[in-house]
Amino acid sequence: MSDAPPPSTREGPPPGLVKEVVRSALRVENVDTPRNRVLAVAHTVWLHLHPTKVPRYSVRFSFTWGAGGISFLLFLVTVVTGVVLMFVYRPTPEHAWLDVKRLDFDVPFGMLNRNMHRWAAHAMVIVVWVHLLRVFLTGSYKAPRQFNWVVGVGLLTLTMLLSFTGYLLPWDQLSMWAVTVGTNMAAAAPVIGHEGPFAAPGLSATNDVRALLLGGPTVGSAALLRFYILHCVALPMALGLGCIVHFWRVRRDGGISGPGTSGPKGAP
Amino acid sequence: MEPLLHILLKPDNVPIVLMVPLFAGILLHWWRAARRHDRLLVEGGEAAVRRELDGPLPEGTPEPKLHTWPYLLRVELIAALATVVVLLVWSITLDAPLEQLADPTRTPNPSKAPWYFLGLQELLVYFDPWVAGVALPLLIIAGLCLIPYLDVNPAGSGFHSWRGRRFAVSVFLFGFVGLWLGLILVGTFCRGPGWNWFWPWEPWDRARAVELATRDWPALFGVSPGPGASLLGGATVLGWYGLGLVGWRLLRHRPALQRLGGSRYAVVAFLLLTMLAVPVKMALRLGFSVKYVWTTPWFNL
Repeated sequence: MSDAPPPSTREGPPPGLVKEVVRSALRVENVDTPRNRVLAVAHTVWLHLHPTKVPRYSVRFSFTWGAGGISFLLFLVTVVTGVVLMFVYRPTPEHAWLDVKRLDFDVPFGMLNRNMHRWAAHAMVIVVWVHLLRVFLTGSYKAPRQFNWVVGVGLLTLTMLLSFTGYLLPWDQLSMWAVTVGTNMAAAAPVIGHEGPFAAPGLSATNDVRALLLGGPTVGSAALLRFYILHCVALPMALGLGCIVHFWRVRRDGGISGPGTSGPKGAP
Repeated sequence: MEPLLHILLKPDNVPIVLMVPLFAGILLHWWRAARRHDRLLVEGGEAAVRRELDGPLPEGTPEPKLHTWPYLLRVELIAALATVVVLLVWSITLDAPLEQLADPTRTPNPSKAPWYFLGLQELLVYFDPWVAGVALPLLIIAGLCLIPYLDVNPAGSGFHSWRGRRFAVSVFLFGFVGLWLGLILVGTFCRGPGWNWFWPWEPWDRARAVELATRDWPALFGVSPGPGASLLGGATVLGWYGLGLVGWRLLRHRPALQRLGGSRYAVVAFLLLTMLAVPVKMALRLGFSVKYVWTTPWFNL
């Protein structure tokens, strides 16, 4: 498909001001023709993730339950609400719990924002599982889409790690003990955990893999800071990068799977 | 009924309560679609399934594809709006929990992991932490990643079906629904103080006796702890995985296994037997109070 000429190079007198702004922003004239429907997708950075045409079955909601897209939407909700939470929250044992209290009782819409962050995160875990189940049940991991399933498993793991690291941040009894239960497993890891089988000589609660994770032998201020940085910086970046690969591969591996579309083939 | 209501209405448990009808509905839809498609496959192959999923084509020139704008994008917009509405209503009606300030000197009983890890926490009853918390989670992730490379059966790619891939679907549903989701429900609804079993309608009796006397697998055969018990336990575990070799001897001429090949079969057998060992070990623990099958000076299984 050849690119449309940019609007500015067209012949004739300039159009009205509003029309020119709209046209220069969208790169497509607001006239419903088959050509413009294609250009509306191909010439917009947000929409060009999509092919310009899709198989008829793929617009059935019950074919995918929209699970992959809704997972990504919920991720975006947690990013937006999470950034707002970061304006108030300080990751130290002296401040963390009180900052959350302040969000709940003192900051305008703070409670609503925190609720949306937490429930979007929980919903994301469930919807990612739904996505996994749907992709399995429709056999969509089969050739040529094998590797994108692997990327998806990575994203699933990152989703759960994000949820788990966020669990600690309110610094209440629930978070501290849930994370204590979860990270105690690391102390039992073979070889690298001090309570695990074949623990390396010289390992103790202060220098094993759990200590690396927590910054000490127990869940304390160092653990709070580490989980905060993992939760707000490292893991979201990894998830975002993974999403780019995942979406790209959906297109490169032949678009959404469907009956009669298996077998290796090129880009759509 | 009070504990049940308490557990059901605990804000962090609402997702689990929502999850049950959600997954039940998806599985029901899958089953109905799979049976329909299986019938169509017999009649007209994948083209017939495609025709059914595509729906009636418009009069005149049948157009096999639709413009993304507006046909797909409007579905996405509606789904996104509906998601945000649900999330807003949920967030307005139910507040995120905030308990007392974290206190390292006061351990709550029971201390529960976040709900999505409760299946793994439940496994701690049956396995040592290095198995339940490290080995099994890593094997789950590795096993999930390997699925596309182990399932070399081309049938049923891109639509719901059952007849052509009964084994793969059964194994996945058993692992995901039966074990992963099932154990999360057990950990959420049936475990109380001391991680003792309490039915959801039972009040949590904090004074209840903690641990039944347990024994090891060799003791069932009168072998007392020691090198003999280690050998018997090791032989049992080896024998369990040896079932994979027996399976190969018996089934290797089947077309499905011919296609699979020896190396893929070995990985499938290892992962499948490991997954099946989980309910077996649970039954040994719950039915016969067996704590370990194999004890050694270095690790216990």
